Amino acid sequence: MSPTAARRKATRPNAAPEQRIEVRKTYKLYIGGAFPRSESGRTYEIRAAGPSGRFLANAAMGSRKDARDAVVAARGALGKWATATAYNRGQVLYRVAELMEGRRAQFAAEVAAAEGLTPDRADNVVSQAIDRWVWYAGWSDKLAQVLGAVNPVAGPYFNISAPEPTGVVAALAPQRSSLLGLVSVLAPIVVSGNTAVVLTSEQRPLPAITLSEVLATSDVPAGVINLITGRTAEIAPWLASHQDVNAIDLAGAADVDGLAWADLERAAAENLKRVLRPAGNDADAVEPDWSPTPDLSRMKAYLETKTVWHPKGH
Amino acid sequence: MLAEVTEASETDIDNAVKAARKAFDGPWGRLSGAERGKYLFRIARILAERAREFAVLETLDNGKPIKESRDVDIPLAAAHFFYHAGWADKLEHAGLSGGAGQLPRPIGVVGQVIPWNFPLLMLSWKIAPALAAGNTVVLKPSKTTPLTALLFAEVCQQADLPAGVVNIITGTGRTGAHLIRHPDIDKIAFTGSTEVGKDIARSIAGTRKRATLELGGKAANIVFDDAAIDQAVEGIVNGIFFNQGHVCCAGSRLLVQENVAEDVIMRLKRRLQTLRVGDPLDKNTDVGAINSAAQLARIRELADAGEAEGATRWSAPCVLPERGFWFAPTVFTGVSQSHRIAQEEIFGPVLSVLTFRTPQEAVAKANNTPYGLSAGIWTEKGSRILWMADQLRAGVVWANTFNRFDPTSPFGGYKESGYGREGGRHGLEGYVTTGANR
Repeated sequence: MSPTAARRKATRPNAAPEQRIEVRKTYKLYIGGAFPRSESGRTYEIRAAGPSGRFLANAAMGSRKDARDAVVAARGALGKWATATAYNRGQVLYRVAELMEGRRAQFAAEVAAAEGLTPDRADNVVSQAIDRWVWYAGWSDKLAQVLGAVNPVAGPYFNISAPEPTGVVAALAPQRSSLLGLVSVLAPIVVSGNTAVVLTSEQRPLPAITLSEVLATSDVPAGVINLITGRTAEIAPWLASHQDVNAIDLAGAADVDGLAWADLERAAAENLKRVLRPAGNDADAVEPDWSPTPDLSRMKAYLETKTVWHPKGH
Repeated sequence: MLAEVTEASETDIDNAVKAARKAFDGPWGRLSGAERGKYLFRIARILAERAREFAVLETLDNGKPIKESRDVDIPLAAAHFFYHAGWADKLEHAGLSGGAGQLPRPIGVVGQVIPWNFPLLMLSWKIAPALAAGNTVVLKPSKTTPLTALLFAEVCQQADLPAGVVNIITGTGRTGAHLIRHPDIDKIAFTGSTEVGKDIARSIAGTRKRATLELGGKAANIVFDDAAIDQAVEGIVNGIFFNQGHVCCAGSRLLVQENVAEDVIMRLKRRLQTLRVGDPLDKNTDVGAINSAAQLARIRELADAGEAEGATRWSAPCVLPERGFWFAPTVFTGVSQSHRIAQEEIFGPVLSVLTFRTPQEAVAKANNTPYGLSAGIWTEKGSRILWMADQLRAGVVWANTFNRFDPTSPFGGYKESGYGREGGRHGLEGYVTTGANR
């Protein structure tokens, strides 16, 4: 139940003389399956979109150290997640959608507050986000068939190409679309077996934190998805230059003051990270409309093609 | 001295890019896929017709044995054009369309920079898919091996390829850097060192230029105790001494199971004594000349470092020609993972031998490198091959074979060996777009 709704309920006529004070949630980071505060001890205020600008929560202001801890957790979780059967990964991710459905009221209230949407519109966005998660979950055991190949080489060899996850993927989640945008960048990372370190929307992080609570109670292994709240411009450069990150999605570089995605891409070149650039023309970065059904491009961005040769003989 | 070639100026580069743009916006861009394909078929045929001439020129220029340029480089180059010619009118069936059914379209003008180890073959890997997808190209061959690329320009003329579709510029690394930084290039395709690859990635940061990068490697060639040892020895020799070891995917780290290491190394040394090192134009030559004085210096430096760090050096007892750049096939034993010869790409006929006990240890050692281009596995146990192939972080895995290439088979690396694939349906992806053109 949203804070507002709770308050309305509490102030109905003939209420007991002593008003119940709601128990508020502490919004924390999600790293390695745990919910730590930022090691820096810092927090920042999250306020609702729109004219009210009312106080919603103090979110943890993640630090470089938190980001590095998250990368360690993601690297540690990679081996098992990448080699889990595609069927298993599909089921685990589908289960996330099931749990999201159970929390839709909370998501809708948080999305409405974060993005300044009407309740109906927010509810619709939550539906799209859940459906998007289901869409991606179903890809786990289809990617190899759609993207793989048996190659007719000119010789007595069996020759096969198949996609494999690239490794640890960092993502700057979209700044505006706090849940649908987040799901649209996160699901394509993990469905193929990569693990993720996500920097949430800076000003609209609460739906992401609630998603982390869904993840913690789902079957997604600890460390497969890690979520950091805080200042995008502060933490993104550390992820872009981190030598143990294999790829980075710069979607959330749009609409961030003091952050040029060119600098992040340049830093990413140091270990030849696969870079998914933000939408837009030339040096611009714009946040796209996340509503249309995606194509394979976000999943392909974090896949490597492995080709295996073996002689045929008798 | 073989020839003197021009070092392209910035104006030359600009003219080449303009010519490519004009052709892309003009005759080439208007051509149907079927008609484009016919030009590529013509090129494939002409390359086959002139194969002897190309093979001799390649060997003269590069120093590789004539039997390799004759049997591998030139036929494969022609095959690449023939394979991609057929794609030109079938791109909509390549699984590369966008989510809303947008058909794949060419990207535009492609800047391509290729290395000296397989000059014409690398040219074909670059130009054939680019043209099949409808792009135009400006290609810069390596400073030490430009001759077959210049002869290829003549092939384009014989094929009546429209002017500006293929442009060849010669020069040094500086020329390549200018080309890559040219503002009217839409995509860069590069094969070469990881160092330059990173520089390219940095140079296009913040732009909408795309890049495919095929970079260095330090492949593990892993021999298990149940392998067919004589076949494995042939594979080891092919893996590291093919093309004098000037191969990015060379099997430069031999990982051999401890209990057979002595036997494998003994047979390997015996086999290496039969290799003929010398005149590249002699069709009996197995190992030719090192491509340049600079490369020879680099190989010597690393081999000396191997000795200095405590590894044991053995070179095949062969008489090397007095003039030119030569390096005897060399094997280092007692190599540990931290040695430079186990970490750095030597790009020469130098093999580093390490041992392992368990498959898990072999995987850990094989993957312990920033590179991830290729790997080899030698065992008679099928389930082990498939398990190993899954574990190895490399773009190409050869099991009970090594250094096989085919136009239909995607080639390219993981990690710091680059990104993108060349060959096969996957290779087309680097040359098409479904979004806005620029």
